Amino acid sequence: MKRAEDNAPRIGVFVCHCGINIGGVVDVPQVVEYAKTLPNVVYAEDNLYTCSSEGISKIKEGIGRYNLDRIIVASCTPRTHEPLFRAACEEAGLNKYLFEMANIRDQCSWPHLHEPEKATEKAKDLVRMAVAKAGLLKPLVEPEIDVTPSTLVIGGGISGMTAALCLANQGFRVCIVEKESELGGRLKQLHKLYPTLVNASKGLDQISGAVKANRNIDVLTSTLIKQVKGFIGNFEVDVQRGNGETAKFEVGTIIVATGTDVLEPVGMYGYGEHSNVLTQLQLETLLRDGKLEMPQRVVMVQCVGSREEKGRTYCSRVCCMTALKNAMLIKESHPRTDVHLLFRDLQTYGGHYEDYRRMAQDMGVKFIKYSLEKPPQVFPKEDGRLDVSVYHALLGEEINLETDLLVLSTPLIQCEDAKKLSHMLKIPIGPDGFFLEAHVKLRPIDFATDGIYVCGTAHSPKDTAESVSQALGVASRAAIPLAMKHMRTEAITAMVDENLCSGCGTCVKICPYSAIAKDEKGVARVTEVLCKGCGTCGASCPEKAITMRHFTDDQVIAQALAAVRRELA
Amino acid sequence: MTFEPKIVGFLCNWCSYAGADLAGVSRIAYPTNIRIIRLMCSGRVDPVLVLETFANGADGVMVMGCHPGDCHYVEGNLQAERKVKMLKKLISRTGLEPERLRLEWVSASEGGLFADVVRDFTYQIIAMGPSPLAGEKPDVDVLEGILAAKAAAEDFRLRVLVGREKGIIEDGNVYEEKLSQEKFDETMDEAIATEYIRNKIYFTIRREPLSVRELSKHLDLDPQAVLRHIVVLRRRGMVAVDRVEGTTPLYAALEVGR
Repeated sequence: MKRAEDNAPRIGVFVCHCGINIGGVVDVPQVVEYAKTLPNVVYAEDNLYTCSSEGISKIKEGIGRYNLDRIIVASCTPRTHEPLFRAACEEAGLNKYLFEMANIRDQCSWPHLHEPEKATEKAKDLVRMAVAKAGLLKPLVEPEIDVTPSTLVIGGGISGMTAALCLANQGFRVCIVEKESELGGRLKQLHKLYPTLVNASKGLDQISGAVKANRNIDVLTSTLIKQVKGFIGNFEVDVQRGNGETAKFEVGTIIVATGTDVLEPVGMYGYGEHSNVLTQLQLETLLRDGKLEMPQRVVMVQCVGSREEKGRTYCSRVCCMTALKNAMLIKESHPRTDVHLLFRDLQTYGGHYEDYRRMAQDMGVKFIKYSLEKPPQVFPKEDGRLDVSVYHALLGEEINLETDLLVLSTPLIQCEDAKKLSHMLKIPIGPDGFFLEAHVKLRPIDFATDGIYVCGTAHSPKDTAESVSQALGVASRAAIPLAMKHMRTEAITAMVDENLCSGCGTCVKICPYSAIAKDEKGVARVTEVLCKGCGTCGASCPEKAITMRHFTDDQVIAQALAAVRRELA
Repeated sequence: MTFEPKIVGFLCNWCSYAGADLAGVSRIAYPTNIRIIRLMCSGRVDPVLVLETFANGADGVMVMGCHPGDCHYVEGNLQAERKVKMLKKLISRTGLEPERLRLEWVSASEGGLFADVVRDFTYQIIAMGPSPLAGEKPDVDVLEGILAAKAAAEDFRLRVLVGREKGIIEDGNVYEEKLSQEKFDETMDEAIATEYIRNKIYFTIRREPLSVRELSKHLDLDPQAVLRHIVVLRRRGMVAVDRVEGTTPLYAALEVGR
């Protein structure tokens, strides 16, 4: 082993066999011997499983015994195991950013299992690259911030109110901002909810009553969000009241529960032309108010403006059940009314809902499958009724239905002002127009931006039960920072060298999180808690005045050179 | 021995690095040549990093990021795309084949695609043969070209153009003037040509002082144009008259200012 110079880094390398996962392909002892020859490496060993408690104690022991100040583990992917090894370093008194990984399993022994010799050479290269970077690593500090113990809930529908109540009952202050003049959202327009047929107003009155009575909740109706600045723990919110007054307050976390609009199918199936062509939502209101004069025949068309080949390709999830429910409500009060449901695919997922469909069938609702290529056509008759002509996809023939009422099942669509909110909060919108979560499976109600969460139909079409459970989920997510009172933020952030910065503002424009602004001296300054560490600013800075911590030019170039030139290691 | 190219991959943490992990988890085989450097975002790929990697003999460089619309950092990947576009134009002037640089979008769920693009790129590089800058004796001309390209990529003008491309085309400048993509590309091409040739002159006369005529011949460029560049370089403090032979001044590169 080479003797390290004074003040030179003292690197320890731990090479993992991962049972036979690595050791069965890569010659691990050879990699260890190779690591020992690399500059500044003062210790190297192999472990059967470096991530086992035994392996972890070996790392900690090594730090103490050999005075190691940089640790490299050559094993699996940092995406899963870096936190574990970093914690081990921290427990042994070493700054966790002085740790580096070489991915010799997922990106070496596994894909190259038929080429053990080349895999061993590659493993050596990967270790050499890690050593080259490790020598240049700097200890980093995660800044600590205080958290304002309150939450802003945007939207006072069932989702927003549920989340607000849940947080308020945990003792946190909540402010609901609702653009309409009263709470309730979309549910206010609904009649009965499937599958229990409970009155929508019943649940709604209960919950909005509880919200209004809760002393921890402030409700601001007829109010719009004007601006949101800041970051997790310290958001500054500007709102505008209906009377033109403005107000300002601070919150620690934000819940987006803005709900949806429902598509107005203008120009489709005679909607807007004939007064007896309605949307399901309009039918729902008529049923609720008892204003539907029972027609002899009702035809419902599913997937109007949804599940299209291009454009709105998504399934709106709630329409099949809504149509079944309304069909049954009609059948219940007027068994002799003929109800036809024209569908492309009936999506009555899960146990209850499938039973529901059978019930509708038993009650005499008639189902006709149509195809995307040959959608139903509507022709007005002189007596004001309509002829609906549909190609029965199963019978393979054209059928004509004379009807009094045509009801169109249109999808839930994102609200028009969602784009504004997306810009204001720096939260992404997905291809369907709905707000996009941080990870579809693992972080389904978080945004990538810390401290902001999404629930209800703002996220995707869903029914009341689904919205409520998601709302309870976000309430618990949003409560975590509030309960912690303080939190640590990202240490891997951008840093501006004031002496080099010319104040050109390129980074200010590029930063997707508004984390960079020009200060009073006219030079760029990074708000570290806002910075997510992507490094795009540094890669674009015309003066090369920005250093991206933990991924500095020097560190990356050292890795690249170690990758191509053996002797430079 | 068969040619085993050295390929460096700059991969974003969230999509393509995860895609590479998935290829491994799924035991999908691909050539062993690629050496991956993990970055948080493909937007972190400074053109200078790529040129430095080529200067040191990499046979190929891959930049991989999330698909457009999927970027963990909103649109760092589009910044990467702009940088690679500029880099390819710059590299094509140096004598190194721009095809040695490739940008690919690979998501975290596309282990198979990751293996496919790496395999394809590796075979392409094997077919192209070693980089003129690889090995013990790199091609001096190409190396000078890459160093000139690197210097150009370090300089304010190209960096500001790449960094501001979206703003210039979509938002306009402070006078709310917008440029069309075509017009922007024209401006960019002109800037690349000028900045590259100036730096190329610099690196050429760093080796030995030359006259305008000699430079013009060496670079296959109109003497008037060479002279104009020399004037700019002198003003920037990068070039000075080394000596006068007869009535012909010979110019030399100054180490200061770089």
